[in-house]
Amino acid sequence: MPKGLLGIEGIERDEIEQILERARAFQPHGGQTFAKVNTCTGRLVVNMFFENSTRTRSSFEIAAKRLGADTLSITASGSSVSKGESLVDTINTLVAMRPSAIVMRHAASGAPHFLSRHLTTPIVNAGDGTHEHPTQALLDARTILDRCGRLEGLRVAIIGDIAHSRVARSNIHLLAKFGVDLVLCGPPMLLPREMARVASGVTLEYDLRRAVKDADVIMMLRVQLERIHEPAMPAGEYFRFYGLRQEHMALARPDAIVMHPGPMNRGREISSEVADSQQSMILNQVENGVSVRMAVLERVLLQ
Amino acid sequence: MKLLIQNGRVICPETGHDAVADVLIEDGRIAGVGPGLSTSGAEVIDAAGLVVAPGFIDIHVHLREPGFEHAETIETGAQAAAAGGFTTVCCMPNTNPVNDSVTVTKYIVETARRKAAINVFPIGAITKGSNGEELASIGSMIAAGAVAISDDGKPVMNARVIRRAMETARALDIPVIEHCEDLNLSAGGDMHECDDSVRLGLRGIPSASEDVMVARDIILAELTGVRYHVAHISTKNAVAMVAYAKQRGLRVTAEATQHHIALDTGHMKPYDSAYKMKPPLRCEHDVKAVVDGVVSGAIDCLATDHAPHAGDDKMQEFERCPFGIIGLETALGVSLEVLVHSGLISLPRLIALYTSEPARVIGWKNELARGALKPGYVGDVTVFHPEYPWVYDVKNSLSKSSNTPFSGRTFQGGPILTIVGGQVVWRADGF
Repeated sequence: MPKGLLGIEGIERDEIEQILERARAFQPHGGQTFAKVNTCTGRLVVNMFFENSTRTRSSFEIAAKRLGADTLSITASGSSVSKGESLVDTINTLVAMRPSAIVMRHAASGAPHFLSRHLTTPIVNAGDGTHEHPTQALLDARTILDRCGRLEGLRVAIIGDIAHSRVARSNIHLLAKFGVDLVLCGPPMLLPREMARVASGVTLEYDLRRAVKDADVIMMLRVQLERIHEPAMPAGEYFRFYGLRQEHMALARPDAIVMHPGPMNRGREISSEVADSQQSMILNQVENGVSVRMAVLERVLLQ
Repeated sequence: MKLLIQNGRVICPETGHDAVADVLIEDGRIAGVGPGLSTSGAEVIDAAGLVVAPGFIDIHVHLREPGFEHAETIETGAQAAAAGGFTTVCCMPNTNPVNDSVTVTKYIVETARRKAAINVFPIGAITKGSNGEELASIGSMIAAGAVAISDDGKPVMNARVIRRAMETARALDIPVIEHCEDLNLSAGGDMHECDDSVRLGLRGIPSASEDVMVARDIILAELTGVRYHVAHISTKNAVAMVAYAKQRGLRVTAEATQHHIALDTGHMKPYDSAYKMKPPLRCEHDVKAVVDGVVSGAIDCLATDHAPHAGDDKMQEFERCPFGIIGLETALGVSLEVLVHSGLISLPRLIALYTSEPARVIGWKNELARGALKPGYVGDVTVFHPEYPWVYDVKNSLSKSSNTPFSGRTFQGGPILTIVGGQVVWRADGF
């Protein structure tokens, strides 16, 4: 059965390394744009976005086009799903059009896994509910490598709404495979105790100052208000206790970098001062998104 | 009309009988049990090498009619029950309309009388529409044939309302069967709250959601003196609380389902809707506690919580598909494997869990007396092989639905013959 990419948890470290290495080859230099490599000419990639996304969808589209593949993008509001058609029927219809791969974002955890049991078309998970966002973790790893030169032995703090973050889960799985010292930090409601057992090398911390101490990498996460079904901490209080500010950067390693998968809420989880600082890798992450997705798509399309 | 079942190992936990013997059913009632009964005028069935037991009783099934006939009907659910060795089932009221009135109760009783291969007894709703607010017409439903009350599928969240229901049930001498779940604690949850739920990004249902309701209800059961029954018990703390209530002499009973004694979260195939049910599959220590509860007697009986859902409804993303699995045809195979072949309990004890014990929970008396091979009792008999290997293929199920995690599983032992009121209503292929 053709292999897609459903998550980071289920893939080996050497496969990750190969993707990251290939992504490096796709990175543009200086003021250049992404080179058009045309290794996947004639392939069709269907982007199924059942949940709103501009950043990730655009990134996948650009990646496919740079590889020379044809793309078709469908969003939930414009698909038959909004008319009551089931996910299986929608995808079966599309499969009949013979795509080479399906890139799927879905609000339900496990939706791509559910489909992969019914389809032979490879599926690339572009984010499923609160489960995984594998290409985000890969682009984050590429970004860390670009700046730090290694993953092994780093101390990475992931701060914010861990409970609802697919970005956090994928990053935890990926970084744990490389022996990273991982600190997860957030308010108790957004940081379940079970997270400490998701992968090896993970510790939980409820105090931001202790979490960022000596960190090489600080990953900030958005509070996903749309997924929280209980009264959330007031915004002002959240920023006071868990918002990353310049004062915290003094506790981290001097060359520490700051990351954020976006969309970013300035003044809620991160101060503008930090977001716009030299240590901020936020735009590098966006750029690496394209090269990593080129590597992932090429791997899936050329198998 | 005479039916003589000859030479089987007759096991009746209620009478303590366990020996090779004959069972005679005459005019729909048990007429005699003993060796060498006369065959004169009787249809004779040779049960040599088989176990002959009282007809199995399942006090917790969903037959989906009226309202959801695409998933199951009283007729098809009864056929599946017969194929599982069940001669009596009690169906929960979460139909559409909800069985909260004499009209619906009578509809079920009447449809069952015309179409069901086995005995079907409705369970009436506790509250109107099972909305948990206003008591349903409980007395009238009982008079029309309902045997208990429950809002199964939902708990009664309002403690005052469940108290009043218990007082009413106490006066009518019927059990209150509660689906124990604090909806605020379990809100939005899809599986048991544990390491796996966090890893899979699925919202969790904590054990505490069951525990707090069992605790509340036991307190109110003591206050009211009602016969209170915990449906599909699944947590270690809930089992401990039921055991404690029994020690204190309260009239508290509980049932466990086959899936809660056989499967834990570690058995789940990620995002496979065949593993989505309420209560959810729990952790290993909970499953052990439930099994221990069955062994010790803290848990009174077994039930299936047979919950059919049509294919399209279950063929959805895990978070979106409904809760519940079917279970009537696998109950004996699963429970033999988990409890008897493992050496935890004896075969007679297992039979008690499906016969005399559920009969006691409901409290059938007089002409409805069932669950034992005693002269005068209803002539319902289950004949099964305790060891023969067979593979359960849900494609051959008599249920209209196929939502089960047990398809493809090999069992050692299963039903051979199901007899209701002296009539054979189902027999295994080749027998």
